Amino acid sequence: MSIKARPVVWLTWGALIFFMLNLVGIVGAVVTNSFAESWFGTWLPNGYTGKWYGEAWRDYRLLDVLVVTFQVAIAVVAISVLIGVPTAYALARRTFPGKKLLNVLFLLPILMPPMTYGIPLATVLYKFGLAGTMFGVIAANLVPAVPFVVLTMTPFIEQIDTKIESAARMCGANTVAIFTRVLAPLLVPGILAASILVLVRTVGMFELTFLTAGPTSQTLVVSLYEAMSSAGIRPQQMVDSMAVIYTGSMLLLLVIALRFVNPTQLVTRLKEPA
Amino acid sequence: MTAVLSPRDRRSLQRASLKHRLAEKGVDRVLWLLVPGAVFVALLFVYPFLYGLQLSFQPKGGGNPFQNYVTFFSDPYLADTVWITLRLGLPAALFNVLASIPIAFRMRGRFRGKRALTTLLVIPITLGTVLTAEGLLAFFGPTGWFNRIWMALGADEPARLTHNYWGVLFSLIITGFPFAFLLTLSYLSGIDPTLEQAAATLGASKRQRFRTITMPLLAPGLAVTFCLSFVLAFSVFPSAVMVGNPAGETHVMSIAAYETALRDNDFAMGSAIAMLMALVMLIVIGVVLIWRTTLYRGATGGKG
Repeated sequence: MSIKARPVVWLTWGALIFFMLNLVGIVGAVVTNSFAESWFGTWLPNGYTGKWYGEAWRDYRLLDVLVVTFQVAIAVVAISVLIGVPTAYALARRTFPGKKLLNVLFLLPILMPPMTYGIPLATVLYKFGLAGTMFGVIAANLVPAVPFVVLTMTPFIEQIDTKIESAARMCGANTVAIFTRVLAPLLVPGILAASILVLVRTVGMFELTFLTAGPTSQTLVVSLYEAMSSAGIRPQQMVDSMAVIYTGSMLLLLVIALRFVNPTQLVTRLKEPA
Repeated sequence: MTAVLSPRDRRSLQRASLKHRLAEKGVDRVLWLLVPGAVFVALLFVYPFLYGLQLSFQPKGGGNPFQNYVTFFSDPYLADTVWITLRLGLPAALFNVLASIPIAFRMRGRFRGKRALTTLLVIPITLGTVLTAEGLLAFFGPTGWFNRIWMALGADEPARLTHNYWGVLFSLIITGFPFAFLLTLSYLSGIDPTLEQAAATLGASKRQRFRTITMPLLAPGLAVTFCLSFVLAFSVFPSAVMVGNPAGETHVMSIAAYETALRDNDFAMGSAIAMLMALVMLIVIGVVLIWRTTLYRGATGGKG
């Protein structure tokens, strides 16, 4: 390593450490406040208690919210896999007229800010009386989820050798058998990875759920936002403990996700040098 | 004896030949698998989008079909949202991409604790906008830890970092940086390190190698990373409301669209703003992607 590169290296690590310190401060402030008896204008709160978690759990009816979140997320994952995987298969295996257009159509919902199509979508859902229902929330969350499954599964299917399918057919397997006994087992890791990523995205998706949810179909992010914007009625500590619960569940999901998916290999599936 | 084909046979022969010709173009039964996906996209994405587009030309009060757009550009409170959004989104995306280059550079190859460090950098994704907003308000607030240290270092008055432009910019960096970093790292690890090693054996200095080998190979990936970071930053909504000043300095397009559509129940105007939002975003992305076509786009030597 040359001497000249040293300042750059120091600067990089310095900036990284500064970023991390701020991050720790930001998270730490919320976590500390969620356990604080009361905290105003001092370095640290003047007493600690866990009561806010219990109160937040009761007052915001977090159990109901978590059940709704779970139902929405599972429904979105299941439907997006059922629709997305066959589409990805056809896109990976065939070239046909109009394929480019279809590819663009599957890319746009991921590329567009959710607000731009969320507002027209909410308008349409209101027109048909579906806004505010679980169905509406699930439908809205599917819009980016299905293309996401298609996009992650297409390269995954492309790398499966077509000869395997041909061989199975020669040995007398029909189309159904090829799908269930040959392709499905090979696709399981990819489907698992895509499902977990869709799950994380759906639990964290704010805009689309916010635009389409009613009082009984709010997911955790949206009720957290509602709790924060109507703060003042309830102590700040309750909102903070709810935020900690949200982050805790997201962290759990992400840790599980990272066990199955190496995030850096989603773009260019490269083998890390062993 | 001449073979005479019955009309029925001839029809089935024609059908077979049509099937063959279609199959040559790649149209066969496998394409039925596309139907659910295509119907889904048409029903839940294309139809609402087109519906919103035509609705935006039907102003609430009737009259001139372009009235909503005229109103948008003649009302400074609405027209300014375009600049406010760009002023937040462009610097945030640019910073996230530029900052992730040197860090991703240090993270190439194998070293102890790489997985832990990557996980640490990805954690902000789990924070979500609300916890980030709460944390920013508490940490950077006038009596927060940051300003306490700032004052202890000898500043006269606390730095104003929340409920304004800076608060929103910080939240965009905190939530956007992990994404930009992950993408940059994956593009960077897709570049074959032997290319650089070959240049080194030919006597290229570290700087030369970076400028003439790594950077040209990385640039197309950076363009895509910039686009995705920009989309994330451009659609800023919750943090602009909570840590920003939603009626003034950080009155971004998504706030304007949401307020007109769902608070004032003017879906036509709300759709018009959403369409303009899509247009501005597509212009920025289009410019970046056109610039990208001028770059080298061959193989990056990855062992894929």
